[in-house]
Amino acid sequence: MSTTVTAIPTKPWQASRRERAIDSGIFLAAITTSFIVVALTPMKGKLAYFAIFFLAYALLTSTLKGSQRGSAAAKDALVNSLVAIGAIVTVIPVISILATVLNKGLPGISLGLFTHDMALATPTDPLNNGGLLHAITGTLTMVAIALFLSVPIGILTALYLTEIKGRFTGPIRFLVQAMSGVPSIVAGLFILSAILYPITKAYSGLMGSLSLTILMIPTIARTSEEVLNLIPNELREAGTALGGTHWRTVAMIVLPAARSGLVTAIILGVARIAGETAPILLLTGGGDKVNPNAFSGPMGSLPYYIWKSFNAGSPEAITRAWAGLLVLVGLVLILFTSARYLGSRKVAK
Amino acid sequence: MTTSHESEKETMDTSVKPSSLADVAQAKPTKVPGTRALGTGLETRGVHAWFGKHHALSNISLDFAAGTVTALIGPSGCGKSTFIRTINRMHEFIPTAAMAGEVLLDGKDVYAPGTDVTKIRLQIGMVFQKPNPFPSMTIGENVLSGLKLAQIKVDNKDDLLEESLERAGLWSEVKDRLGAHGGSLSGGQQQRLCIARALAVRPQVLLMDEPCSALDPGSTLRIEETIRHLSDTMTIIIVTHNMQQAARVSDYTAFFLSDGGPGQMIEVAPTSEIFSRPQDQRTENYVTGRFG
Repeated sequence: MSTTVTAIPTKPWQASRRERAIDSGIFLAAITTSFIVVALTPMKGKLAYFAIFFLAYALLTSTLKGSQRGSAAAKDALVNSLVAIGAIVTVIPVISILATVLNKGLPGISLGLFTHDMALATPTDPLNNGGLLHAITGTLTMVAIALFLSVPIGILTALYLTEIKGRFTGPIRFLVQAMSGVPSIVAGLFILSAILYPITKAYSGLMGSLSLTILMIPTIARTSEEVLNLIPNELREAGTALGGTHWRTVAMIVLPAARSGLVTAIILGVARIAGETAPILLLTGGGDKVNPNAFSGPMGSLPYYIWKSFNAGSPEAITRAWAGLLVLVGLVLILFTSARYLGSRKVAK
Repeated sequence: MTTSHESEKETMDTSVKPSSLADVAQAKPTKVPGTRALGTGLETRGVHAWFGKHHALSNISLDFAAGTVTALIGPSGCGKSTFIRTINRMHEFIPTAAMAGEVLLDGKDVYAPGTDVTKIRLQIGMVFQKPNPFPSMTIGENVLSGLKLAQIKVDNKDDLLEESLERAGLWSEVKDRLGAHGGSLSGGQQQRLCIARALAVRPQVLLMDEPCSALDPGSTLRIEETIRHLSDTMTIIIVTHNMQQAARVSDYTAFFLSDGGPGQMIEVAPTSEIFSRPQDQRTENYVTGRFG
């Protein structure tokens, strides 16, 4: 019926083969430069290779682009390579940490690790004796109690800051921000002097949870506040104009619209405290036995286990510590990944 | 409805003179206040509004007869939106806001002490400039959200759902996908969904703040048809920057203007009069496009 027009989809904006060859040439030239400089000058080590390579690459690309298309293109290329350097410099330590933990922790991982506690073993025992079940359950118990306490407080604080906007909004926002900078040892000492010494007079998981709650509330409150601020005001107005009271509008419209963001806030709060060590050392007593009761008796936890094992010093104990670290890092990593997943999921399509 | 549109088209075709707005306005049957048994309607007496020290609106007294459509026209910043927000008490949501005067719904001041604000807003519904369906709810849930928000029990939700969507002119387009999210609709459909949502709580008055300003002409036409249908059973106040729209849908038109000071109402009259024989020179300048 109609004449068929054949058109081949192309991408004219992509770099041509020649341009890509030049780019790889520059890349190789920068690597060569770094080797030559390291060989000829007193600068040695991996860091020198990296630094000289990046410097050479940035200079070479910007000079080339400058000669081709003028100074604006040169600046563009220079900034581009600086940004790339920044990104890579950020990623290197993270990868290095993960690699080290994996490398040193994997030998200590076994099934027994997750089914036994250290009640009948000392850190210097052979690795097949004992495990860190008490530490995992302790950390999970304390995190659960801290969640139970801090999620309502944190989200209600955020609601006060965004929905009520009362007279104390300014001071409360300031205090929450200041609180998020409180060193964890201060939170630990506060619980120690305000509750543990005068009232309970004994170590317990609950004391640890309370200090973790103090650290978690500001994270949850601030993240939730930002999430709630993103909810368009029109939705609040629409809810109110339909005859909803303030509370019902918030509960039925604002909170559901912000749901995925609030989940992210909570998980970020958990990630903030899961590896917290200082207050745990002060408050929980760090038992070696699985203790299901958070209200009495010392309670183990992963950071405490790691600290204790490193202090014991024998090769077995050090391996135990690295294994504990690996479990802890894995836990935090799972939490962050799920936070990203839940946060990126859209509520409405 | 259909007849008015046909006659409108005829007048539009035969006359190419600039006075066509007046013809458009006259092409539909004029409603005479008091001929419909719909209650006494809405009245404002000496309404002023402030934002902090800024006097935004001065001394607006208007009568909205039950079952009529009143268009509020005027340049941006003359206080039209502020005025309709004083009617359903949304004005007080701005922290620095203040007001004076009375808004009488069925003879009772909505600002009287002891008035239940949420009840007022159930009686005076509102449609906003930008379509704003609730993102966490489906189409069906959106329509019935007002009932849930105000905790109203109804016996047959399905009937109310269908009736509201039907009145908003959206039923045939969404009846097979009531479980889809509101955001999946087009802009014009979203706006009609918001109208259906406002209708589900059966308000006596519907305030519309430039409901078509973000929509294409086709959707605008659908919403104007909806407005004409609705005006048989309720009082409608519509803010619009579109003269054609004011001429097409409204029975009465009020012209607002701010000459640097607070916004004032210059003139109110049956729409055909405003567009054919405005009493005030400034109104004439505005509706003929010589200013604004």
